[in-house]
Amino acid sequence: MTPSIELAYLLSAVLFVLGLKRMQTPPTARSGNALASLGMFTAVVATLFVHDVLSWPLLLAGVLTGGAIGTVLAVRTPMTSMPELVAVFNGFGGAASAFVASAEIAQYLQGSRLVDASTYSPTLAVVIGVSLLVGMITFTGSLVAFGKLQGLLSGNPITFPGVAFVTGLLLLAGVVGIVLMALGAPELTTDPDITLYAGIGIAASAALVGLFLVFPIGGADMPVVVALLNSYSGLAAAATGFILDNTALIVSGTLVGAAGFMLTMQMCEAMNRSLANVMLGGFGGDGATSSALDIPEGKSVQETSPQDLAILATYAERVIIVPGYGLAVAQAQHAVRELADRLQSKGVDVRYAIHPVAGRMPGHMNVLLAEADVPYEQLFEMDEINSAFSSTDVALVIGANDVVNPAAREASGSPIAGMPILDVDDAETVVVIKRSLSPGYSGVPNSLFYQDNTRMLFADAKEAVSETTEAVKGL
Amino acid sequence: MIENVIIFVLAALLGTEVLTKVPQTLHTPLMSGANAISGITLVGAVIAAGMSDAWWAQALGFGALVVATINVVGGFLVTDRMLRMFGRKRSASASDSSSS
Repeated sequence: MTPSIELAYLLSAVLFVLGLKRMQTPPTARSGNALASLGMFTAVVATLFVHDVLSWPLLLAGVLTGGAIGTVLAVRTPMTSMPELVAVFNGFGGAASAFVASAEIAQYLQGSRLVDASTYSPTLAVVIGVSLLVGMITFTGSLVAFGKLQGLLSGNPITFPGVAFVTGLLLLAGVVGIVLMALGAPELTTDPDITLYAGIGIAASAALVGLFLVFPIGGADMPVVVALLNSYSGLAAAATGFILDNTALIVSGTLVGAAGFMLTMQMCEAMNRSLANVMLGGFGGDGATSSALDIPEGKSVQETSPQDLAILATYAERVIIVPGYGLAVAQAQHAVRELADRLQSKGVDVRYAIHPVAGRMPGHMNVLLAEADVPYEQLFEMDEINSAFSSTDVALVIGANDVVNPAAREASGSPIAGMPILDVDDAETVVVIKRSLSPGYSGVPNSLFYQDNTRMLFADAKEAVSETTEAVKGL
Repeated sequence: MIENVIIFVLAALLGTEVLTKVPQTLHTPLMSGANAISGITLVGAVIAAGMSDAWWAQALGFGALVVATINVVGGFLVTDRMLRMFGRKRSASASDSSSS
């Protein structure tokens, strides 16, 4: 590679870093994304000068097909389906790395003029094997995550006894495949079959590892999974960079790997669970199994109506809205914004409290509310707003459950014990809009529903919020 | 190889340093933007599909080219779409919201 091409790759890596750096604040984030895409353009153009292009039609056909599909997906997908789209894109990233690793094996086996068989070393074989392994795990794992998010697969953990053991064995098989590829490297020209079959073995076992890794993980743990697969897709790209000896790929892949891993750890922290605990799965379900309105003995529920909520909220000084996954399901983000607008026009201070794992991916609620034009200055992270609940008149919980369950503070034996929660019960009145009393994803009954200062509004989130807005208009 | 390992470690440190400060509000665009960047595998796809004379490599490279381009084009576009929402000033009218 000539120095000018190397420098172009360096430039694109610098643009990626600067672009990600601008992602730190909402006003600069958009230009950051533009910088990063400029970096990508630079890298691709530089690549066209690495060797002579032999087949322009193939290149153009691939780029045009992929570009068209990508554009349609990016423009058409509704904001409520962003978790699914991100999962799919992660999967494509992994698939691309697996394809490139396979193509590299093919170059050597078919004696392409691009490569010199004498440079094929055990080290290179290991790097190709790792890229194939990580790429395939990312690909099939993301497909399962997509299926769960889209509702094609059950949101409940799909598991069987010993699933972790089987996954471990399969992963071991993949590693054995990599070792075989390395051992077969010196005999590549005389005995290419070892390399070929080891490669196929790695791909097959990695595909199964990806499936079994995500099957046992329940729907509400998806923020962790999506972030982790994001990290894998970056590491797969970095591994491809090692194959091609390409700085741009190593730097940018590693940046993405770091980003995904950091988000993964933040999500785990927000649930007070270790990554191992999430990944071994079998935790909770969609919470839809228990019967709808059973009130436990000795406890009572106070119901309220949209009209009462309207009066309560209109004459409040401070209202904090706590959105959860239920808001996304009901697509109630616009209705909520309209209610907030009405209340603000009556002089009520309205803010939003966002729990880190509310929804199905990191930042899910923020994107939905941004779509509904809620200014990000009104969105507060858990640590910023938790102390404010005690001076709040109404905490309005819409489709959130486990993240406001006081059991996380109290019962030490419960699965959610120690999970940081939003302290909505400190507010003077808590109104929970929810279809039923069913427990959240953790399966732990929510003691918030039976507290003296809690009012339940049993309804679909969007309808209830719209009716409340109408009632506020009349006041 | 050892230079590449050095680059890898430094990039990981740099990435962690730059990214821990991203606020929760931007976590989704960060993920989709980072994902578009991981489509840098496109570079490998271009080499395999366009510059090789081994037809298996071309075929596999073509597959890589399609999925990597989806990843890059789709990823950057959808991130821009999200960030446009975060940046815009809210309109005075609330009439576009849905009511049922």
